[in-house]
Amino acid sequence: MPQTLYDKLWDSHVVHQEADGTALIYIDRHLVHEVTSPQAFEGLKLAGRKPWRVSSIVATADHNTPTDHWDEGIKDPVSRQQVETLDANIREVGALAYFPFKDLRQGIVHVVGPENGATLPGMTVVCGDSHTSTHGAFACMAHGIGTSEVEHVLATQCLIQKKSKSMLIRVEGRLGKGVTAKDVALAIIGRIGTAGGTGYALEFGGSAIRGLSMEGRMTLCNMAIEAGARLGLVAVDENTINYLRDRPFSPRGAAWDQAVDYWRTLHSDAGACFDCTVDLRAEDILPQVTWGTSPEMVVPVTAAVPNPAREADPVKREGMERAIQYMGLTPDAPIQSIKIDKVFIGSCTNSRIEDLRQAAAVLKGRKKADSVKLALAVPGSGLVKRQAEAEGLDKIFVAAGFEWREPGCSMCLAMNADRLEPGERCASTSNRNFEGRQGPGGRTHLVSPAMAAAAAIAGHFADVRDIL
Amino acid sequence: MDKFVKFDGLVAPLDRNNVDTDAIIPKQFLKSIKRSGFGPNAFDEWRYMDHGEPGMDNSQRPLNPNFVLNQQRYQGASILLTRSNFGCGSSREHAPWALGDYGFKVILAESFADIFFNNCFKNGILPLVLPKAEIDALFGLTEYSPGFKLTVDLAQQQVVRPDGHVIPFQVDPFRKECLLNGWDDIGLTLRHADKIREFEDRRKQQLPWLFA
Ligand code: SF4
Repeated sequence: MPQTLYDKLWDSHVVHQEADGTALIYIDRHLVHEVTSPQAFEGLKLAGRKPWRVSSIVATADHNTPTDHWDEGIKDPVSRQQVETLDANIREVGALAYFPFKDLRQGIVHVVGPENGATLPGMTVVCGDSHTSTHGAFACMAHGIGTSEVEHVLATQCLIQKKSKSMLIRVEGRLGKGVTAKDVALAIIGRIGTAGGTGYALEFGGSAIRGLSMEGRMTLCNMAIEAGARLGLVAVDENTINYLRDRPFSPRGAAWDQAVDYWRTLHSDAGACFDCTVDLRAEDILPQVTWGTSPEMVVPVTAAVPNPAREADPVKREGMERAIQYMGLTPDAPIQSIKIDKVFIGSCTNSRIEDLRQAAAVLKGRKKADSVKLALAVPGSGLVKRQAEAEGLDKIFVAAGFEWREPGCSMCLAMNADRLEPGERCASTSNRNFEGRQGPGGRTHLVSPAMAAAAAIAGHFADVRDIL
Repeated sequence: MDKFVKFDGLVAPLDRNNVDTDAIIPKQFLKSIKRSGFGPNAFDEWRYMDHGEPGMDNSQRPLNPNFVLNQQRYQGASILLTRSNFGCGSSREHAPWALGDYGFKVILAESFADIFFNNCFKNGILPLVLPKAEIDALFGLTEYSPGFKLTVDLAQQQVVRPDGHVIPFQVDPFRKECLLNGWDDIGLTLRHADKIREFEDRRKQQLPWLFA
């Protein structure tokens, strides 16, 4: 019987299955960061247990680490304690790789894994962080887990799971100039809603997806969780294989050839059956801007803020009214009339080299508007930072009035010092625009890196296609 | 997890409905990197006269004399007697951690909030739903007989009063087995350790680069 990619990944990881479908799933890669791991390590110790397979662990500190003044260390005592606890735990337990604070290869866990070849096709990848779906770009069954599950994986190398339904999201055609993977992700969420993927494993397919770079596919899978899905997947193709060649933890020599043969089987078979299929045309997708407090509250940059008065459903209307009020917007105002205070280019969604290149292409020879108080460019990892600097991108950012920072999660969740003040409005390349996400009272509009750069220059949202 | 054996425990009454997890362990203690040591901050806002923060020396803090668990006669209690919808609110697992660390092994109530109920089993605490009439009677007995103890016998599924009155209770057979054997989710999975090892060995042979 033809199988979906998800079927193949699921079947190849079932260790044991109960009659009701509850299964023990083997975990190949366990990514660990400082926020969700301390209690798991402690629980393990309290129970007198040892980690099952430490060579599955790749660890880094990212959520709490500052992105400037590294010489001064981590000032916030709670943050510092979490990072120090991770250091101590990994020192005691061991790992395949550990990239501590200030290490050259340190960075956001979802950037670090793939760029080191620690995320390989066909793996199950888990991490105590919801955006673990990112790794699905490599045809990995990858999803976030809670702290109790982190401990469970440490102790048993398995997770207790039930299989999800499968949804194929097919995007055919060619993306227009200035339209990126982020716009595709937002357009999909705009279409199916933030609960549209609940209970499903999403597979992204179609010619537009095959046309995306690995960075773009990671952006897309990263946002699968914002569509309510546990995980997102893209099939293996030449892009995948080329990306992985010669990465530090990629297989080499004969093992590489053997791996590639296997990886080429990681796609849905012709005629495979999905529980649900959604079709989008690439040509219809324009650069997107979220206007509300949920990623599904999104419109093309050419549109206006929706008017709740025209919404028939009273529940939706009330949600729109609340969001518009929180965001300080006027119904029917053109998106391009919305002025911004800050710009954030970074996060596990959009902090890879290609994202920085896209933003730099817009910023080159231009300057941010004076009304923009702060513009941050935060590379996803030390390696991304170094690559960007080798290409001279840092100079473009700095010349445009951006601050060029050290890697980390930064203003994505405002756990370190980078945050919005109440009422401030931000064009952000991150993934969540919830109330207070980037700081209490802060207002977040999600956009692509190119659109964030365009907004920085104009001082308000602008159609990047007019600039390119 | 420790095996749950039949025991006699001192009963402490908390005569309230809807005790939420924020009351059980206030949110400022969630910043901790530990899962142990929450006992001194269980019911922090009710228990102390001042505002508690992580890192304070709790032994130096002024106790609230009106909070029932502070009464001398209830020190060392391992059975908490309460009313309906105990453990409602946020799903924080810190709530059962705090109660367990305080010393409670059993909670008797008219009803529990769902996630809290499940989290108790995961952490070796037995939450028991008893009929309202039994709960009422137990509150009376606890108040009027200092040092009031109950025998909790999970294997027989009964709570026995000192006067010999037996209160039977229901418990999910699977949960019961886990508690009696001291299995948590991890313990359960580890019953399949051989299968996991077999699976791993096969995978190592087929896809060796994953284990490099
Ligand atoms: S960048 Fe943001 S979403 Fe991504 S892992 Fe860090 S905090 Fe989470």
